[in-house]
Amino acid sequence: MPRAQTQPLNYHYVTQHSKQEEPVVVRKLRSRETRVRAAIAMNSRNNASCLPGIKRVAIFGGTHGNEMSGITLVNMWMKNAAETERNGLVTKTFISNPKAVEKCVRYIDTDLNRAFTPANISGPDTEGLPYEVQRAREINQMFGPKGSSDAYDVIFDLHNTTSNMGSTLILESSKDLFTLQMVHYIKKAMAPHTCSVLLNEHPQLKYSTTRSVAKHPVGVEVGPQPQGVLRSNVFESMRMIIKHALDFIELFNSGVEFPTCTVEVFRVRESMDYPRDTNGNITAMVHPHLQDCDWEPLNRGDPMFLTFDGRTIPFEGASTVFPTFINEAAYYEKMQAFMTTCREILAVNAVRKA
Amino acid sequence: MVSTFLPALGRVAVCGGTHGNELSGVYLVREMERKRKQMGDSVWPVPVTTVIANPRAVKECRRYIETDMNRCFSNDILSSPITDNTPYDLRRAHELNALLGPKESADATDLICDLHNTTSNMGLTLILNTRDCMALHICKYLQTKITRVPVRVVMMDVPISAAYSLESVSKHGFTIEVGPQPHGVIRADIYEAMKEGVDVTMDWIKKFNSGTVFEGGDVEVFTPHKSIDYPRDPETQELTAAIHPQLQDRDFGLLKKGDPMFLSFSGETVKYEEEETFHPFFINECAYYEKGIAFHLARKTLISIPTVQVQKD
Repeated sequence: MPRAQTQPLNYHYVTQHSKQEEPVVVRKLRSRETRVRAAIAMNSRNNASCLPGIKRVAIFGGTHGNEMSGITLVNMWMKNAAETERNGLVTKTFISNPKAVEKCVRYIDTDLNRAFTPANISGPDTEGLPYEVQRAREINQMFGPKGSSDAYDVIFDLHNTTSNMGSTLILESSKDLFTLQMVHYIKKAMAPHTCSVLLNEHPQLKYSTTRSVAKHPVGVEVGPQPQGVLRSNVFESMRMIIKHALDFIELFNSGVEFPTCTVEVFRVRESMDYPRDTNGNITAMVHPHLQDCDWEPLNRGDPMFLTFDGRTIPFEGASTVFPTFINEAAYYEKMQAFMTTCREILAVNAVRKA
Repeated sequence: MVSTFLPALGRVAVCGGTHGNELSGVYLVREMERKRKQMGDSVWPVPVTTVIANPRAVKECRRYIETDMNRCFSNDILSSPITDNTPYDLRRAHELNALLGPKESADATDLICDLHNTTSNMGLTLILNTRDCMALHICKYLQTKITRVPVRVVMMDVPISAAYSLESVSKHGFTIEVGPQPHGVIRADIYEAMKEGVDVTMDWIKKFNSGTVFEGGDVEVFTPHKSIDYPRDPETQELTAAIHPQLQDRDFGLLKKGDPMFLSFSGETVKYEEEETFHPFFINECAYYEKGIAFHLARKTLISIPTVQVQKD
């Protein structure tokens, strides 16, 4: 149910002056679009940022064992790698949580996609570690170590959601120029099919993902799809995203320069739980007016939850937010009905291979 | 028209959580229990037993613990002795048969309304095991009264002794299946549709018990003929195709010769090649992957039901 947008956009200005300097972060501007475009034009007179070539890419499916698109794609590519081969690039396809995939459950002991904390991956060797913690260490050895120069360049981690998020790319840094340019390329290539970009850079809400062992982690989240179900349209969208991503990397490695651009992102703000009783049971459902309205503005006073006996609970936030992950099955136990985000335009400097 | 006289309904049960991750029924049963505490038993026209059918599965938000409980209510299975090796779900089936049955006895509950969800786009589907006159009248009534979602009737047409689902324990039971909803998720629109299904059923019971004459007529039903599995790799049994986008979400539509059924991962369309046209349903139900079912195929028929009214003592 689309609603009129009432909030102006926030613009963040991201630039890298030369290949040696650290990125200069960020003055928050409340400016009209023409001023931003002028700033971009000025910036494009600077040199493109020169970045190292991409040598090793991994594609993970089955980080959650019941998210079927990624599992099916990775199994298919493991049998026939033709689609994922690109010149000058090593692409490894990998099932991250095989035990969970075998049982078609999200995880065995603990969520693998929250398991890559420093404590978990570099703790002492102990018996009786949860399966996913052991697995996190193995993955860190194979594709990391996280934070080191030996780590894989890019990991695409394939996920599904029961939320109506369409095709979503999930980023962990607003300063990663390579990934931002790749995302821009994918969005353009997928058009008119929409790709939304979720940026989770929130100091408390950011979590230690499987893909975070790589230098450039990219989450690919496509929905809506029930857990344990394979929908053809969702499968084909995810397949197309990976195709475009690998095309970009091949072009980048061949020396193509990607000009300055802007990328619209939704930056994670906060997690909203269901109303619950003293026993922890939920006492209301996502309201029909909010259900399936991922990425649409939610204003103060808009319906948010509907109790089981028919009472509407409105959103009381001070400003308009853009909700996402609305009614994701796996988040009931994580106490999340949806996530709020704010919309931003990131200006991204031109890049080419060093 | 001459009426068929049927005894008044005395005892009704509403069951949720027969599959522990089908959440509408779980929350509806809990809400009914909360209402009963608040307003007393008179909130319904007859005594209603509310049951969370598979509590361990509900707690773990899984379809079942060891075996699908909703396949355990055939006479054969219910009459097998319980041993130390009997799975939890089967023990629970025996308990439910004792609580709400015994099946096919005079003491059995008059009507069990068993609440389910499906990932298939089936709207509100009523599933009946037999051509029970009272159950068919309730279906006809629901079809006239409920307009928010399509209401259809699936008629299994099996002898009651062979019927394996929970509601077969009662004399006139049926399943209310509402979708599409992912397992482990509660959607407000699906919950409201299921709630209306239960409320309108109670409404019929109230009217019937107080003497209303319900006119007979024809009820359109879908009778399953066979099921079709996904194309699979002969060695690994893994899927090699998904439900075709033109079939996905088209439950109770038509599948004619030449229509697409599956889209393989290598891009080929697998078409339906048989002569007879059927109506597919339970298209892409999550729980049926392990049962080797991509969808069921049904024939559409009309069943005539007589005018009924309550038997006065």
